[in-house]
Amino acid sequence: MLNESNKQKLEELRKRYPTSQALVLPVLWMVQEQEGYISEDAMKYVAAILNVSYGHILGVVTFYTMFHSKPLGSHHIEVCTNVSCMLRGCDKIVEHLENKLGITFGETSKDKKWTLSEAECLGSCGTAPMLAIADEYYESLTPQKVDEILERLRP
Amino acid sequence: MTSQNPTETSGKTQWDNLILPSTPNLHKVETYISHGGYEAFKKALEMKPEEVTDEVKKSNLRGRGGACFPTGLKWTFMPKQTTKAKYLCVNGDESEPGTFKDRQIFEFNPHLLIEGTLIACYAMGIPTAYIYIRGEYAKWIKMMELALADAYGKGFVGEKILGKEFSCNIYIHKGAGAYICGEESALMNSIEGERGYPRVKPPFPAQYGLWGCPTTINNVETISNVPIIIKNGWEWYSKIGAPKHPGPILVGVSGHVNKPGVYEMPTGIPILEIIHRWAGGVPGDKGIKAVIPGGSSTMVLRGDQLEGVKMDADSMKAAGSAVGTAGLIVMDEDTDLIKVLTRLAKFYYHESCGQCTPCREGTGWLWKVLKRFEKHEARMQDIDLLMDIANNIEGNTICALGDAAAWPIQAMIRRFRDEFEKRVVHAQAGTPESVAV
Ligand SMILES: Cc1cc2nc3c(=O)[nH]c(=O)nc-3n(C[C@H](O)[C@H](O)[C@H](O)COP(=O)(O)O)c2cc1C
Ligand code: SF4
Ligand code: FES
Repeated sequence: MLNESNKQKLEELRKRYPTSQALVLPVLWMVQEQEGYISEDAMKYVAAILNVSYGHILGVVTFYTMFHSKPLGSHHIEVCTNVSCMLRGCDKIVEHLENKLGITFGETSKDKKWTLSEAECLGSCGTAPMLAIADEYYESLTPQKVDEILERLRP
Repeated sequence: MTSQNPTETSGKTQWDNLILPSTPNLHKVETYISHGGYEAFKKALEMKPEEVTDEVKKSNLRGRGGACFPTGLKWTFMPKQTTKAKYLCVNGDESEPGTFKDRQIFEFNPHLLIEGTLIACYAMGIPTAYIYIRGEYAKWIKMMELALADAYGKGFVGEKILGKEFSCNIYIHKGAGAYICGEESALMNSIEGERGYPRVKPPFPAQYGLWGCPTTINNVETISNVPIIIKNGWEWYSKIGAPKHPGPILVGVSGHVNKPGVYEMPTGIPILEIIHRWAGGVPGDKGIKAVIPGGSSTMVLRGDQLEGVKMDADSMKAAGSAVGTAGLIVMDEDTDLIKVLTRLAKFYYHESCGQCTPCREGTGWLWKVLKRFEKHEARMQDIDLLMDIANNIEGNTICALGDAAAWPIQAMIRRFRDEFEKRVVHAQAGTPESVAV
């Protein structure tokens, strides 16, 4: 399941922690980055290589909001709607995205291109409103900026 | 959005940034070194470890992670003699709504954090530190990893550092999306590869922490103050800002201000000065209805009662709130506070780990009842119901998330009861009034 470079990375990481269970989060991250999500088979695989139970892995995957046990759209758009963003007009951004993509929070578009999620504070309160796609933050948003972002991502 | 040095406006406190100086390229190890970087660490290595702790103790540095706990005192809780391993966890989970300051350190002064981590480890005799960073900060994690690799490359981190007996490894641990992992015992569980469930205390981390070993947990900004103290001495440091809560502090200003952002300043600056002089005032010169002074868990203050309230622990306590993470959220006169509070209640409900019944059930109820107010469907007795639910959570849970969920509600009812009553009246009259946020 893990590719060669990730396998090597895993061996490096083992030196950093006294238990192999501590590698659960790092390895789940590797799997998710490789596969896009963490399938049941992947969880079983991680359980086996780290010598922890499948139940433990399942518990961890479901606990943390950033781990996904189902595939998402190719672009996962997360919009913060917490207070600082609310005060700076995130509602308008959300509405604009919903209109443009034809989906609401928690949905994936039919063409599997977009998934829209509501996020808690992402630490961009000073540059609100904001959204995140993969590792990238888009800040101080306006509907026009949102259009530009969507345009750039549309392959 | 980065911290500006606000000396350009006359009449404002003169201040040169210590944590986020305007030096270009300070994130690069060469630049950092050429500006005196890692000198504090070298100085510490010439001192006895307990002298370093003593220096931090005398400086009166207090934690910047939310509780303002005296840092030097915390360090003395670590056993000097032990057969077990010892650990330092640097808390960069930064997920409290309204808080966006540690991120500035990762981006603009990562070596200050690394240097502080090294000094802290030396002072407490710790060979291993984990810097825990929230998963959403993937970009900033990469920046920290680059800086850390450079610090290893220069021989500041690793085995037998600078030819001394002291060895110290620093690792970055990536979170995966959970506010509760900022709570120190949940953070340790998360590093151990568990779900982020807070632990019952006692035992405290200094006795039984990571993998059952003595552990200290400090916030990113707290640790970043340490090189400044060691470099300049505790006497110099303790004269900055408020005497009982001294030092530079990163204040994140968000909401209804013209220039939101992170501003570095000495502690003890009046809130109104922060809003008007640093953050450029309120758009449209509107009045301030309310502020949440230190991240979402701190108690809301009325805009008409801000005169004389300062950003330091004593002043905030006297005003009936707390410095928390110094994430100052400003709300103008047109703000719908019920909508704000409902959103916060939803947050705490979503982030409750579910271990304790009062928190798990109570946060759900709070959100549900508040939605009634939001929709103008509440009854007058719902105000007391909210207060009852909040009171039943407070003090009855394993960790402080329960309290953090209760406090904003209690404070909002005490200080803005009329806002709740208005929603009831309108519900009964059947004429909902729309209020802008
Ligand atoms: C629900 C909850 C979330 C917390 N989140 C953070 C956080 O993101 N960062 C942080 O430094 N401290 C956070 N804390 C406080 C930590 O438990 C701990 O007190 C702090 O990291 C200690 O560092 P300090 O003494 O340097 O302030 C949180 C506490 C609670 C109860
Ligand atoms: S207070 Fe809430 S978040 Fe904290 S341990 Fe209990 S249920 Fe979990
Ligand atoms: S409230 Fe939206 S990023 Fe903090």
